[in-house]
Amino acid sequence: MILGSINPAVLLAALMVAATPILLAAIGELVVEKAGVLNLGVEGMMIMGACIGFIVAVNTGSPLIGFLGAALGGMALSLLFALLTQALMTNQVASGLALTLFGLGLTALLGQSYVGITPPRTPKLDLGPLSDIPFLGRALFTHDIVVYLSIALVAAVWWFLKYSRAGMILRAVGENHDAAHALGYHVKRVRVLAIMFGGACAGLGGAYLSLIRVPQWTEGMTVGAGWIALALVVFASWRPWRALAGAYLFGGVVVLQLNLQAAGVKIPVEYLSMSPYLITIFVLVLISSGKARGSLNAPGSLNRPFHASN
Amino acid sequence: MRKTLLRLDGVSKAYPGVLANDDISFEIGIGQMHALLGENGAGKSTLVKMIYGLVQPDKGQMTLHGQPFAPAQPSDARQNGVAMVFQHFSLFDALDVAENVALGMENPPPLRDLARRISTVSQDYGLPLDPSRLVGELSAGERQRVEIIRCLLQDPKLLIMDEPTSVLTPQEVEILFRTLRQLSSEGTAILYISHKLEEIRSLCDEATILRGGRKVATCDPRQKSARELAELMVGQVLTPPERPSKPKGKVLLQVDKLSLKSNNPFGTSLKEISFNLHAGEVLGIAGVAGNGQDELLLVLSGEVPTPSAQVRLRDEAIGHLGPNARRKRGLASAPEERLGHAAAPEMSLTQNALLSGALAKGLAQGGFIDWGRTERFARDIIKRFDVRTPGPHVLARALSGGNLQKFVIGREIELRPDVIVVNQPTWGVDASAAAFIRQALLDLASAGAGVLVISQDLDELLEVADSFAALNEGRLTAVRPAKGLTVEEIGLMMGGAHDLTPVQEGAA
Repeated sequence: MILGSINPAVLLAALMVAATPILLAAIGELVVEKAGVLNLGVEGMMIMGACIGFIVAVNTGSPLIGFLGAALGGMALSLLFALLTQALMTNQVASGLALTLFGLGLTALLGQSYVGITPPRTPKLDLGPLSDIPFLGRALFTHDIVVYLSIALVAAVWWFLKYSRAGMILRAVGENHDAAHALGYHVKRVRVLAIMFGGACAGLGGAYLSLIRVPQWTEGMTVGAGWIALALVVFASWRPWRALAGAYLFGGVVVLQLNLQAAGVKIPVEYLSMSPYLITIFVLVLISSGKARGSLNAPGSLNRPFHASN
Repeated sequence: MRKTLLRLDGVSKAYPGVLANDDISFEIGIGQMHALLGENGAGKSTLVKMIYGLVQPDKGQMTLHGQPFAPAQPSDARQNGVAMVFQHFSLFDALDVAENVALGMENPPPLRDLARRISTVSQDYGLPLDPSRLVGELSAGERQRVEIIRCLLQDPKLLIMDEPTSVLTPQEVEILFRTLRQLSSEGTAILYISHKLEEIRSLCDEATILRGGRKVATCDPRQKSARELAELMVGQVLTPPERPSKPKGKVLLQVDKLSLKSNNPFGTSLKEISFNLHAGEVLGIAGVAGNGQDELLLVLSGEVPTPSAQVRLRDEAIGHLGPNARRKRGLASAPEERLGHAAAPEMSLTQNALLSGALAKGLAQGGFIDWGRTERFARDIIKRFDVRTPGPHVLARALSGGNLQKFVIGREIELRPDVIVVNQPTWGVDASAAAFIRQALLDLASAGAGVLVISQDLDELLEVADSFAALNEGRLTAVRPAKGLTVEEIGLMMGGAHDLTPVQEGAA
């Protein structure tokens, strides 16, 4: 056992990087679920973002345009989901699962000629003297811009849901779509917009994997990050800041798993890989068994299809 | 004559297969209390949805203040001073009162200012309400206040109220009426939808009566008797159910100090409920919605088990038994929610008949279903209970509310139970189907069964019940003979202790 070889500052820095893709995907899915839609296609939208982002970045030479392309790619796939569930009234769970499988297959095809290429490097954000602060500088201020953007996005979503009128309407639609409709709000429009936002966020999360974290394109490279993001939304009981904390917790588990392996600790990695799901199940049991307020926080119309009856 | 506020001229609306509104014309004056009267399915909802902009008429015009008025969506209607309180509240449980109010307004002020205005208005109109509470925690009466205040803050010229008293205690109804009269005297017209005739006679100065999508009369309800209004509304002469008087039989169902913690966070826990149900007795249990009715039905039907001795059927402890075992022993039940609880919407009537009759009627033997007998059972129910449907193969959800209700109640009565428990047996059912169901329950009682009717409709209970009790916040009052009870007494029973001084609450 040589745990001493793990540097906490490096670990913390790595944790933030590991957490960013699932955080981006989760904050998007959180908004989707707050609007009352359960999109299980996060994994598919992430891999779509990873693939499209990679292709665009390689061809333009600009990671920034790559991220933009990834957001659009994820959004395009989410629009398919929106079409299926909101216009054609298909089952959300089945459509979401199909979206994941479709995304994995499509990207395997699209990305064929990009395997083994190195994408253009995304520069670290130069924060000047901040990064020279001992420990904290190394851990917190040596990242690329997307890490900070993801945190800003959490703050923005929190503010949007809590303080803005549009956010209140979105929550209302997710809580009771019949009442929202009766008051004259456009349930489907709100939901389609939320689904698109979720798709864009998942796309960004995927691109973060292929452009920064790995950085390379391989088929099926998201390996379950989308599912962790979905679990994370429930774990966070649909609260943005908890999603941030949860993402860093789950990210920490992933990083720890790698470090422990490198340090030669004899724990089967599978235990750590399954831990995010175990934690989520544990939290689910906690919030649904107790009379805790957490159990009241699930959007009331989640996964219920909306028919506007005259 | 008052100046006209809203005028409808030949308004029609058709849906596939039905003409919901056919050439309807009437006027509402400024500050007038105008009643819209009619049975379920008479076209009242469609008509007000057109006025509120949720539905657009196929034909006809509306004018408001003499100007053409054709709201394309509710916000158009609200901008023109038309507000509506729905029967099914448009509220969001997980949001607080102020947010709920804001969602119903066109240009709400910042939430903090809004909260202050809510407090002011609620005091001005005698409707106390705390803007920071979550709506999920409020009683039905308080929820309605949220709806009303949401409307009042927009200074409406016309307030549409859709069956506002169906969820209120008599005392809460008084508070509401006082508010409505105050509004009317300040110049707000009120379009009051109801099928409760006495209410309309005491409140409104003009009534438009609809039947089958057409207007049948406009009259002054104070100059007509309730009976005349009812016959205009139904289009036929109604006969109240017959009830031969009979002595009380032996005790069939005993409930002893039954307590149950509700596992729904918005539900009501039952507290020490005790009563006896005798052979041949109809026991009516009144109460405002959400005071433990659903929970009481669940423990009596067997869906939620209790310590076995707390529920006894013919002196046998059955509290631990499930619904099928209870049906087999002669205790049948029909819950309030027809679609999804009493009947499976996507299954045929035959299949639905099987669901409750399988054990009690022996329709399934050795693991195999006898479809022939099951279908005959379903046909018998359809025939005996006058269920209007093409046949037993029809899906439950395709039936109208009244017909499905006749089917699910008939299904239980056909088991010839010793005790039957029903919750809201005629909720949302047209008058003739309701009369039929009540008569069937009375017939069962006169054949010697014990009948327990849980209902929020006082008129219904007074019509059928021999004895009477009320649920309030999960507690059951003592059982009293129904004969000689006044509406005031019933109101106090339903309201529990905190409503004993309604006048003070109104003045607060």
